Amino acid sequence: MVETQSVALALIGKHNDSLLADWIGLQQQVETRGVDPARRTQMVEYSRQFLHELRRSAEAGQSDDITGPDWAPMRELLDSVSQARATQGYSAGATATFVFSLKEPLFELLRRELGRNPDQLAEQTWNATRLLDRLGLYTVEAYQTTREAIIGRQQQELLELSTPVVELWEGILALPLIGTLDSARTQIVMESLLQRIVTSGAEIAIIDITGVPTVDTLVAQHLIKTVSAARLMGADCILSGIRPQIAQTIVHLGLELNVVSKATMADALGLALRRTGKAIVDRSRPAEQGS
Amino acid sequence: MPVRSSDDVVRARQAVRKHAIAAGFSLVEQTKIVTAASEIARNTVDHGGGGTLRIEVLREGPRRGVRLTFVDQGPGIADISQALADGYTSAGGMGLGLGGARRLSNEFEITSTPGRGTVVTLGRWI
Amino acid sequence: MGEIPILRIADCLLVSIQVDMHDQLALALQDDLTRRIVEDRARGVLIDISALDLVDSFIGRMLNNIAAMSRVLDAVTVVVGMRPEVAITLVELGLALTGVRTALNVDKGLALIRGAIDANQRPDARRKI
Repeated sequence: MVETQSVALALIGKHNDSLLADWIGLQQQVETRGVDPARRTQMVEYSRQFLHELRRSAEAGQSDDITGPDWAPMRELLDSVSQARATQGYSAGATATFVFSLKEPLFELLRRELGRNPDQLAEQTWNATRLLDRLGLYTVEAYQTTREAIIGRQQQELLELSTPVVELWEGILALPLIGTLDSARTQIVMESLLQRIVTSGAEIAIIDITGVPTVDTLVAQHLIKTVSAARLMGADCILSGIRPQIAQTIVHLGLELNVVSKATMADALGLALRRTGKAIVDRSRPAEQGS
Repeated sequence: MPVRSSDDVVRARQAVRKHAIAAGFSLVEQTKIVTAASEIARNTVDHGGGGTLRIEVLREGPRRGVRLTFVDQGPGIADISQALADGYTSAGGMGLGLGGARRLSNEFEITSTPGRGTVVTLGRWI
Repeated sequence: MGEIPILRIADCLLVSIQVDMHDQLALALQDDLTRRIVEDRARGVLIDISALDLVDSFIGRMLNNIAAMSRVLDAVTVVVGMRPEVAITLVELGLALTGVRTALNVDKGLALIRGAIDANQRPDARRKI
């Protein structure tokens, strides 16, 4: 392996600069995302490092197994490239093109230098393509990992944004739940409501589920736990917005929602105000008192 | 670490808390596993005649977890399912602790031989 | 070992648990409180657990016991300041605090006790946990 590799390697070493120039030129041609000087500088640097590592790792190692320790610096470089590209919004293919685009100038170089020896040319070309394929695939996998991490983070942020707790009045919080509730989201919701109870000193929390299409056992259990936890802390909950279908489901599932519930948030707010000793008065008719 | 006295129970809580923080647990996650640890640690002292606790912080790919292993050479538990099921009706019994600790954990394993001792392993993952 | 101090405000006893309690300390507190309720003829007991980062079944039972004993002695028990993560864990643990009323903080807790004493209500008539 080492013997036969070294011919191609020697050639890469001998013609490093021109090969690099050709490769960079090709990448720029393929580049569809505009000519951003900062990105171009980065790409040039990555390419230079890639060729360097390619020679170094192949020379140092006895095999072209890119998962071995000799190839660690190369893998690190490809990790950096993938991460950068993933964050910049490139596709997986565009990221792997970084590696695959080297084939054209490299084979051109091999053909020029080894053209007179077709067997050797074929062998070197085959070895080179195999190695570059492996490196290209590694790049795609590294890209995937980064993308997944980004998506995970975005999901987390979305979850946090979509669970707002509002203070309707002094001492009265409202949590309007919207959309389908899954276990993870309900837990976050639970925790943020309880946290707000502490920071606001609110004694009543209205949990409105008008915007929740279905309630299954798991969600109901989470709601019950939230209500119990709030009680332990010294606050009370009122459930509002239970639609007839949900009421049926709850009865059907045999669940006991041990909490006061009102049909609408308005009713719940009215109850909450009464409980906290407040009354709403219609000032145009001072003789009467609204409740 | 040894779990032989009620001071050890406090120390065990603090040690588990430290490891849970190191594993990146959220506050709620920490509280759950420390509370579970407190329950089993107490059982180990009160019913197991004292024993030991081993705390491991584990990593399985992207998942991280904390595993606790409590070992004692006490009288053991004759009927484990009974002990786990004993809800809040048993006064001062082990039931409260065992069942509760299980509810607070993702993993829970208990082996006990009457006359030989008990091993309880519980784990929580994020 | 240490002791947990019990303060008296008018006809109420105020306990603020600041330390990570081991079991003996919890039992000592139980006994001390019961004794003080009688000695001081207290009508209300306020237990501030805002510094506790953990309430397990033992401490939970301690709170229940204190509430039960004080009820026998015609006093109201209110627990204040439970932290959210502690509340969540306690619910998961499955421990019910029976006969224990709760409030968000000391101020509201004292108001609650005042209200209960003035109205001469029995503590278990209203909101159960």
